[in-house]
Amino acid sequence: MSDPRETFAALWGRFADLPVPLLPLQPVLYRIVRRIAARHPELFDRLGPHQRTNFIIDLTDLPLALHLRPNPRALVFRAVRKDRLPRHDAHIAGDVLTLLRMLDAEVDGDAIFFSRELEITGDTEAIVTLRNALDDVEGSIAEDVAAMFGAAGRMALRRMRDMAHGPQLESV
Amino acid sequence: MTAGELVCPAGTPAALRTAVDAGADSIYCGFQNATNARNFPGLNFTPQELGKSVEYAHSKGARILLALNTYPPAGKFGLWREAADLGADLGVDAFIVADMGVAAYIAKTHPDIRLHLSVQAAAASPDAICYYVREFGVKRVVLPRILTIPEIREIKAEIPCEIETFIFGNHGLMVEGRCSLTNYATGLSTNMDGVCSPAHLVEYRRDADDGMSTRLGPFTIDRFGPQESAGYPTICKGRYVNSEHPDGYYAFEEPISLNLSRLLPALMDAGVDAFKIEGRQRSRAYVKKVVAAFRAAVDDVRAGREPALADLAALTEGQKQTEGAFQTKKWR
Repeated sequence: MSDPRETFAALWGRFADLPVPLLPLQPVLYRIVRRIAARHPELFDRLGPHQRTNFIIDLTDLPLALHLRPNPRALVFRAVRKDRLPRHDAHIAGDVLTLLRMLDAEVDGDAIFFSRELEITGDTEAIVTLRNALDDVEGSIAEDVAAMFGAAGRMALRRMRDMAHGPQLESV
Repeated sequence: MTAGELVCPAGTPAALRTAVDAGADSIYCGFQNATNARNFPGLNFTPQELGKSVEYAHSKGARILLALNTYPPAGKFGLWREAADLGADLGVDAFIVADMGVAAYIAKTHPDIRLHLSVQAAAASPDAICYYVREFGVKRVVLPRILTIPEIREIKAEIPCEIETFIFGNHGLMVEGRCSLTNYATGLSTNMDGVCSPAHLVEYRRDADDGMSTRLGPFTIDRFGPQESAGYPTICKGRYVNSEHPDGYYAFEEPISLNLSRLLPALMDAGVDAFKIEGRQRSRAYVKKVVAAFRAAVDDVRAGREPALADLAALTEGQKQTEGAFQTKKWR
């Protein structure tokens, strides 16, 4: 029987090389960021003036990047092409699993910066502020988002975590 | 042997709850202003958050230590006075102070609340420590990280207060509370504005060889190769070039973290009452892992067992660890 991690990794690797049509992703991403904003409004207080900062999150193992402007009155969260990045103030680069694990407080942001798994350029204060604001959100943002997509979302998240940690026990 | 109180960091309310749940005996934190030495963007507590955090900690039997450990500049003392009054109203268990004026104000206005002397006061001799105890009623001194364990034992024998030492985090060999390197480079003061290497003046640049350069204000303070572990963007951890070292060298300190887990029994035997974990700017993931590791280790020592030491190397700066001056002053 094949190792599910290898199977998923192979699929993921193939996906990473494909040109991704961005348009269908946009409403999904907007729905995700609206959900996070609705569930964690205190996050915006910590962001302070950086609610108006334009962040690029470069997913190094996918053929796309994410553009985030965390202004609660005009949220922006959309997929963009890496060769056509919009004007931005801060740039964060890392692979999807590492970024997800940081988002869920499974790995320390400074530690993955020291190990060079996370690369940041541009407005350092904005990035530090975003990191601190997200770190004050308890619970799992990734699980919240996965739950929006039902069983398929939860399975995809579980597979991604399997890749990071090895297979997990099914929750009862 | 002492009880070995575990004093843990929290930069956000979520980190504070994480520290409590991971086994902290006490948690130190600060307000969102220059009254504490980690005045970083997006970090620290509003008065409302601190009030709720005090309630949470007390409900679990933990204590809150409020860091007011910076030095008020002329004409701005009111901010520190208000922070002390607010902390007292919110029920904090102790204030961590460095400035004598702040210590005097709290000793006079809130005499029932414990005063701890911050490492920022750089009190490293029995005479200096006794002065703070005598004049302000200080109950605990946080010792600078420049003393060997035999020296700590000697100090303990001569002072009438508790001792707290750092056990994990910054190596911290500078004379703390006196460092002006950030001030020189940026015009902002670590000790008065509460921020070492302010983030808005830090810049990381990707080099042509896929390496990374770190800049603070107008100065390049380090350059890392593509596969090389990085460190914090502080001048004291930078590498510099001169005629003797054309490829650059660490002129002050290296990016390396203090980890005294192996020395816990010796420290407790020498009379260290409390162990401080550094890292208010670090994440919940760091707090959870480091606090849980040291909780288990301290409990093992208390129970007379050999402490099981978790591997914390991945969380260290530069991914390197040292026992620093606690083991030997020839650490380098």
